Amino acid sequence: MSELKVTESNLEKVDEVIRISGQNIYSCYQCGKCTSGCPSAGLMDIVPSQAMKFLQLGEVEKVSESNTPWVCLSCFICSVRCPKGIDIAAIMEALRLMKLRTNFDYVHPNKIQEEEREILPPIAFVSAFRKMTP
Amino acid sequence: MSTKIPYYPGCTLKSTAKNFEDTAKLVASKFDIEFEELAKWICCGAVYGLSSDNVMHKVAPVRNMLRVKKAGGERMVVLCSMCYNTLKRANLYVRKNKDKLDVINAIMYLENATYDGSVKVQHFLEILRDEVGYSNIKKEVKKPLKGLNVAAYYGCLLLRPKEVAIDNVESPTVMEDIVKLLGAKVVNLPVKTECCGSYQTVSQKDIIADRTYLILNTAREMGADVLITSCPLCHFNLDRRQDIAKERHHDFEFMPILYFTQLMALAFGFEEEKLGFEPHFVDPRPALKERGLL
Repeated sequence: MSELKVTESNLEKVDEVIRISGQNIYSCYQCGKCTSGCPSAGLMDIVPSQAMKFLQLGEVEKVSESNTPWVCLSCFICSVRCPKGIDIAAIMEALRLMKLRTNFDYVHPNKIQEEEREILPPIAFVSAFRKMTP
Repeated sequence: MSTKIPYYPGCTLKSTAKNFEDTAKLVASKFDIEFEELAKWICCGAVYGLSSDNVMHKVAPVRNMLRVKKAGGERMVVLCSMCYNTLKRANLYVRKNKDKLDVINAIMYLENATYDGSVKVQHFLEILRDEVGYSNIKKEVKKPLKGLNVAAYYGCLLLRPKEVAIDNVESPTVMEDIVKLLGAKVVNLPVKTECCGSYQTVSQKDIIADRTYLILNTAREMGADVLITSCPLCHFNLDRRQDIAKERHHDFEFMPILYFTQLMALAFGFEEEKLGFEPHFVDPRPALKERGLL
């Protein structure tokens, strides 16, 4: 059983997720459609519907420190299928941005192998750096 | 009289997906449509910024639309699925949020013009379906693609979110409709709207290899010889990542990935040299030769 962690500092982080994403996290009622359609769910430490529950309980760090926002593909399956109209992809983006805005690089150009740099199309670099660097 | 449509290429259509641009222009020429490349176009940013507290990521797409308007255009045609999505979403965003549009216009003050949300963003598939029309496409088919089994793959960004979808969100048919007109056989692909792995190809390519395996193995099991797409990133992932898919899954078999425009240009009778098959990792030519189409 999860214990409620609604402390003041946790609530601030929840508010930040809500502010950046523009989404009402409290309207989730745990139907699980986001998770069942998510192509990355099998790779996630915390699946999207669980993540929503943790956010409601004030446990933002549990989700933001997991791999979940970083294996999200921004494919919008969750967002179009949510019966409550929550843009879950935007919530994942908010969790990424909270980390990236501390000047954190999830991908680094120097760590990409040279032969990969030769073959990757520009669209791959632009999109990856937009999603995973400050 | 040819119809001139302002055309936004985007970064990849000028490099690894040049064959997509070239064949799209060939297809358009058959219907007297001329792609008029936008002067001074800039990168759209590839992905639409999802944060509600920062308009910076919307400036680049809006600037492109402003430049279309400044050049006297009322619409723009896009080939790349990612550019289409980014431009169209940014356009809807500024139409809905006039206060944010004012901020973006203020940032773009050096343009000496203001944007008003008026430019219409269209994907080439929409123009083929809604303006050219299926009967006219059928008339241009010189070499029906008999004996070729084709799976159509849409991916994410032509269809999601719903307000930018060019077709039914869960069950699109526009590419299959075109494939039928070309005389090829349509293969049902249950995973046609599932993501290829997208930008994760830069740092986590195993994810892509497994997505590629799932999508192409499903296509193979459904009887496909080739798969078509409209996105240069899907194309790269599904084509180039087949080597890792093969390493990770021993039952995997290579499959050629084509842009839908290459298939159309082939059926319209353009010569092999114009179809741009050289850069493909998995060469489509053997499969096409086997069926007497080259």
